[in-house]
Amino acid sequence: MARQSFKEVLLDPIFNNNPIALQILGICSALAVTTNLKTTVVMGIAVTVVTALSSFFISLIRNQIPTNIRIIVQMTIIASLVIVVDQCLQAFAYEISKQLSVFVGLIITNCIVMGRAEAFAMKNPPVASFIDGIGNGLGYAVVLLAVGFVRELLGSGSLFGFEVLSTVANGGWYVPNGLLLLPPSAFFLIGLFIWGLRSWKKSQVEEAEYKLAPQTKSSEAV
Amino acid sequence: MSHKDSLKHTIIVALLLCVVCSVLVSGAAVVLKPLQTENKEYARNRDVLVAAGLYDPAKHDKSYVEDTFKAFSVKLVDLQTGSYLTAEEEQQLGIDPATYDQRRAAKDPALSERVPPKEDIAVIKRQAKYAMVYVLEKDGRIDRVVLPVHGYGLWSTLYGFLAVEGDGDTILGLTFYEHGETPGLGGEVDNPKWKAQWSGKSIYLPDHQVGITVTKGGAADLSDPYEVDGLSGATLTSVGVDHLVKYWMGENGFSRYLAKLQAGGV
Repeated sequence: MARQSFKEVLLDPIFNNNPIALQILGICSALAVTTNLKTTVVMGIAVTVVTALSSFFISLIRNQIPTNIRIIVQMTIIASLVIVVDQCLQAFAYEISKQLSVFVGLIITNCIVMGRAEAFAMKNPPVASFIDGIGNGLGYAVVLLAVGFVRELLGSGSLFGFEVLSTVANGGWYVPNGLLLLPPSAFFLIGLFIWGLRSWKKSQVEEAEYKLAPQTKSSEAV
Repeated sequence: MSHKDSLKHTIIVALLLCVVCSVLVSGAAVVLKPLQTENKEYARNRDVLVAAGLYDPAKHDKSYVEDTFKAFSVKLVDLQTGSYLTAEEEQQLGIDPATYDQRRAAKDPALSERVPPKEDIAVIKRQAKYAMVYVLEKDGRIDRVVLPVHGYGLWSTLYGFLAVEGDGDTILGLTFYEHGETPGLGGEVDNPKWKAQWSGKSIYLPDHQVGITVTKGGAADLSDPYEVDGLSGATLTSVGVDHLVKYWMGENGFSRYLAKLQAGGV
């Protein structure tokens, strides 16, 4: 792999190599925390911090990590960082940490964090790994924000808790679309996002893994 | 085999990593603990005030919550008899209103009882024998009490507070501080408009049977002091709320305590 500049490492994951849109990683939490923008922003920041720091520390000791326990070592570092982030949220942003509940803890299992540790941090120096972590965290956050924006606006008629479309329940005209508050809607939105991104950047379209053979004609069957 | 894959090296790396990580994690937990407890207490105090109709997020700030909550006294009620625990009884049981955790107590065999399945309409399975109440006194009389209630809705157990006026019968407000109901449907139990309905309703019929009922959405006669309109599209959550209010206002809950309040002396 040719060496990338820091700028490329930082900006590539946002649109060119987006962890959600291209690698289809970290979907679970993207469904769960995007019903309103406040939790979405906090989740985006939390994942960015964890990915950046875990990549940094893993890269720092990458030459010492024994090959056969490397996954466990990575997990230990990631899990410790996630617990620290969770504790900080409970101390400094209690309301939001209550809304995010288990999903902060579940950052441990977010494939993006582990994926970057294994794919990038194990082979690159600490600073580059740190920037790669931030880039991927931002790539994740961009998709989450896009999804969260649509879900909160159309699902509750508000943005960041401020009313934008006045809803019927509060005496306005807008009937909120309840589907957008349920997890399946995030699937649709992420699907649309990926479609949009791949129409814009054609190189991201995957080759079909197989082609259907033409129908057998009855004359060939004999 | 390279140096870093040797058995000795593997064990050393694993040990060092564990030590460093555990110091980091426990350090963070210990250092941040006081802040977290403070947050939890503040959130609970605020929820008590919300139920009591004394808090408006647009107007009030943190110091208001702290000052207003100070006026409340936290007491423990023996649900069997409906009277407050005396200091002696508290000491005997080893519980203290300041630190009592009713949810934990409900799991402790010494402090709780299994609810007979037939009576368990709120689906709570076990219930603490002693319940916390937040009492606000004004001019020597009980002005309002805030009672913790919980019960099962559609997906989750709803935890909340029901505030009752000093007459032991008129509801001031019902608010849930924790639930996992469907956003936009059952989650509308948080909607201020829906919650406002509860204010002014009566709990007990003249013979002290529980009269308050949550009806099917849109079917309530709002002038009836015992009827609250359910949430449209959230029948099961409404039924859950109906059951949990009936349960906690009934014989297993605060019925005796509120009867004493009604009679004028606890």
